[in-house]
Amino acid sequence: MHSNSRTIARAVAYPFNRSRSFVERLGILAFALALFFAMSHSLWAHEFKAGDIEVVHPWSRAIPAGAKVAAGYLTLKNEGSAADRLVSITSEIAGKSEIHEMAVDANGVMTMRPVPAGVEVPAGGKVELKPGSYHIMFMDLKHPPKKGESFKGTLTFEKAGTVDVEFSVDDMGGENDHSGHGG
Amino acid sequence: MAAASARTALVAIAAGAVLLGGGAVYLLGPNSPLREQQMALVDIGGPFKLTTQDGKPLSNEDLKGSPFAVFFGFTHCPEVCPTTLWEMSEALKALGDKADKLKVLFVSVDPERDTPEFMSSYLKSFDPRIIGLTGSQEAIASVGKAYRAYWKKVPTDGGDYTMDHTASVYLMDAEGRFSGVISYQEDPKVRLAKLERLVNG
Repeated sequence: MHSNSRTIARAVAYPFNRSRSFVERLGILAFALALFFAMSHSLWAHEFKAGDIEVVHPWSRAIPAGAKVAAGYLTLKNEGSAADRLVSITSEIAGKSEIHEMAVDANGVMTMRPVPAGVEVPAGGKVELKPGSYHIMFMDLKHPPKKGESFKGTLTFEKAGTVDVEFSVDDMGGENDHSGHGG
Repeated sequence: MAAASARTALVAIAAGAVLLGGGAVYLLGPNSPLREQQMALVDIGGPFKLTTQDGKPLSNEDLKGSPFAVFFGFTHCPEVCPTTLWEMSEALKALGDKADKLKVLFVSVDPERDTPEFMSSYLKSFDPRIIGLTGSQEAIASVGKAYRAYWKKVPTDGGDYTMDHTASVYLMDAEGRFSGVISYQEDPKVRLAKLERLVNG
């Protein structure tokens, strides 16, 4: 009885304990790394590149039933030595997409203005399109963004050209309580 | 000896804290002369007569006896309005039973597009206790004036328009008197604390 259970324990532990050749170990390591990158890529690596411009985490929010507009947010990083400019956006969900700037003044008044000249991405710097600031305004909606889904968009930069991106859709209060831009 | 003086110091600190705390409550607390003065100076609120998303009339008289939170917006609003409605829905959930005492009103500053029918479907995405209000341009202008709310139609490309508007939530007590605001993007904890204070009277 006693030796029996010991045999089972040894059998279970065998794949972990037995000595392996260097090549075997390398193989296991490569497999583990591949698995890790495959997982982390789909989960986290939500980035797109056009020349020196990196587009990080394009996202949007679910909208109320019947709402006619939606907003899009993302971060633009410029790794180049010259400033570039996001000039236009198209998206599969909207008939028209514009860059707008939103602000709330000291009296609590919210203003929103189209920014037809686009948003500059300084050389070696970044610009954030986020709640309470610059954002993409999706109008003439064809499909309302739904939580957990994603939709395609195309950004055009003055220098870097165009890049296809994918917006992931958060819930209506998305990124409100956990991104630290509360003020 | 050392223990005794330490005890004396502790008692002194405790007494000081009680004095300071009491003083603060006296100066800034709910029934303080300072606060009442402040409230009298800020003459916000007043009579209104609007239509709910169910097509029923609602006036300030109907709200007598219940504190309410009121804010201005429009359904073609990409960020502030859905966010505020979502945050108020979350707050109502967090308030639990206390939420029954509170009324939450969303007044459209774009009655041209925000018909009761449209608001009704729009508000289905939020807490069902939130009351959407719309009305004639005159009725909306009058409530806006009473609350000193600001809004302005801003034309955009292609004949469309958007609205600039006051994004704060006005907190009104059971008597219909102004008792404070929740700013846009106020800390969720502060927001909840303000609403709790409002329903507790």
